[in-house]
Amino acid sequence: MKAVSLRENENVIGYVFTAPFILGFLIFTMFPIVSSLYYSFTEYNLLEAPRWVGLQNYENMFTNDDKLIKSLQVTMTYVFASVPLRLAFALAVAMMLNTVARGIGAYRSAYYLPSLIGGSVAVSIMWTQIFGDKGLFNSALGLIGIESNTSWIGSPDSALWTLIALSVWQFGSSMLIFLAGLKNIPASMYEAASVDGANAIHRFFKITLPLLSPIILFNLIMQTIAAFMTFTPAYIISRGEGGPLDNTLLYSLYLYRRAFQFFEMGYASAMAWVMLIIVGLITLLIFQTSKYWVHYEAKGDK
Amino acid sequence: MAKPKSSSQALSFKRLKPFLYHLIVGGLALAMIYPILWLASSSLKPNDEIFANAYSLIPSTLDFSNYASGWKGFAGTTFGTFFKNSFIIVIFSTIGAVASSALVAYGFARINFKFKNFWFACVMMTMMLPHDVTVIPQYVMFAKLGWLSSFKPLIVPNFFATPFFIFLIMQFIRTIPPELDEAAKMDGCSKYGIFFKVVVPLIVPALVTSTIFSFYWRWDDFINPLLYLNRPELYPVSLALKLFLDAESINNWGGMFAMATLSLLPIVIVFFVFQKYIVEGISTSGLK
Repeated sequence: MKAVSLRENENVIGYVFTAPFILGFLIFTMFPIVSSLYYSFTEYNLLEAPRWVGLQNYENMFTNDDKLIKSLQVTMTYVFASVPLRLAFALAVAMMLNTVARGIGAYRSAYYLPSLIGGSVAVSIMWTQIFGDKGLFNSALGLIGIESNTSWIGSPDSALWTLIALSVWQFGSSMLIFLAGLKNIPASMYEAASVDGANAIHRFFKITLPLLSPIILFNLIMQTIAAFMTFTPAYIISRGEGGPLDNTLLYSLYLYRRAFQFFEMGYASAMAWVMLIIVGLITLLIFQTSKYWVHYEAKGDK
Repeated sequence: MAKPKSSSQALSFKRLKPFLYHLIVGGLALAMIYPILWLASSSLKPNDEIFANAYSLIPSTLDFSNYASGWKGFAGTTFGTFFKNSFIIVIFSTIGAVASSALVAYGFARINFKFKNFWFACVMMTMMLPHDVTVIPQYVMFAKLGWLSSFKPLIVPNFFATPFFIFLIMQFIRTIPPELDEAAKMDGCSKYGIFFKVVVPLIVPALVTSTIFSFYWRWDDFINPLLYLNRPELYPVSLALKLFLDAESINNWGGMFAMATLSLLPIVIVFFVFQKYIVEGISTSGLK
């Protein structure tokens, strides 16, 4: 009898402690997910009740909306350029900083600082200036003898790349994670490899990369999801419009415009579901391929 | 790395190596923070000087008038109001997020209850769920509750725990030996007593880390204020900065730079004060 009442007790206590999450999950996650799915089959402008239209929103997205196709292209370019570049920089710098040298703490701070402030409106505003026609970038080009009056932000060819540059500039948090991973690799492994005659390139591909691969996987997934969600810089740099020629119309920004500027809540909900499916598929794909390149020591393979 | 050919060559290479290291790593570090320094120095330049020799970091004269003109804000609402709004939102949402997450983390880390694994899977799922999926129904919900144009949609949801903080605090609780809980239980402490008297004092570092991250996220948050606040006197700093861009042609670059610089100041100060916690938080939990 005593054991049973104790266990019941544990159940009650467990739910008391986790109640904030469970309630929040039901109210702010589960209920919205279900509503969003329902809205995606309706026409809904907030003022009148949602009107059921079946699959029409989904159909319109892919047959009737050039902007949507464009924003998908823009987003894919953004994600597939910024995430790998960001991780590559993060790893390269982490390897450079994985040593004992004077001032290493200051360097670490300097590389991390952009990540810390990167999501802020202030930095997006600063970026519009740096890549404007009279901005820091052109001015710096002038110093090395290249005269340029291009507004990199304003030109359709380069606008997206300024956003990508902004994202790559913020490699600091991934770098810190890599750095922590690198410090966990025992120096003896490198020494043993050196004795066996492995050069720096060998050591990188045979020791560093495999041992870091679980961290790379984790970073890759979290950063990919985050990159799909990018909103603030695209909004600020294009003043909420996604220009020039829709070349910075990231998916989240287009969804925002459809929902909160044109009040097409049904259509925007359908967009959200397509996004969820795309992100889900890409995450799954990364997981599936990871068994070929992620090395888990627990498996015992050498 | 390189095999020395003669001892003198080896010596000079040994001397050169740290020099080269600092040149490359230091140079790159400077390039990384140059834009930030440039923003700060531009805020002190007279308006006509900002775009002449834009690369320069040194203003010809230190001109604080940009700060005065930026601080005036828009239509009678000064940046004093915007900063106050930011602090109100940040402080209340951070208290809510950290306190509720600590409770939940303890529940998941130390108590065995029915369907625990299922609920924990929900924590992980929420952490990875794109915000875009929930934003519209949440907006509709808050609109129906009559919460638009108030701080409530920005503050209240934080009291229902944040998956990332649950995760971070759980990791920390796991490092506390369970024998400690047992000992307290022997002394007649209830689970609630154990949590408040034994666990909370021990997880202070994790609570500090969560507080800092919550501060950063709320301070920088742009989309939620953009959705829910429509009167400038309710704007936080992040949203107020946007107002500089809304004018047909921007004429107060200096004021905008000055306020942008000011808006970064709390973040940078917190970073330098709590550097240790921040770096540890990122390294162990893997998130910004």
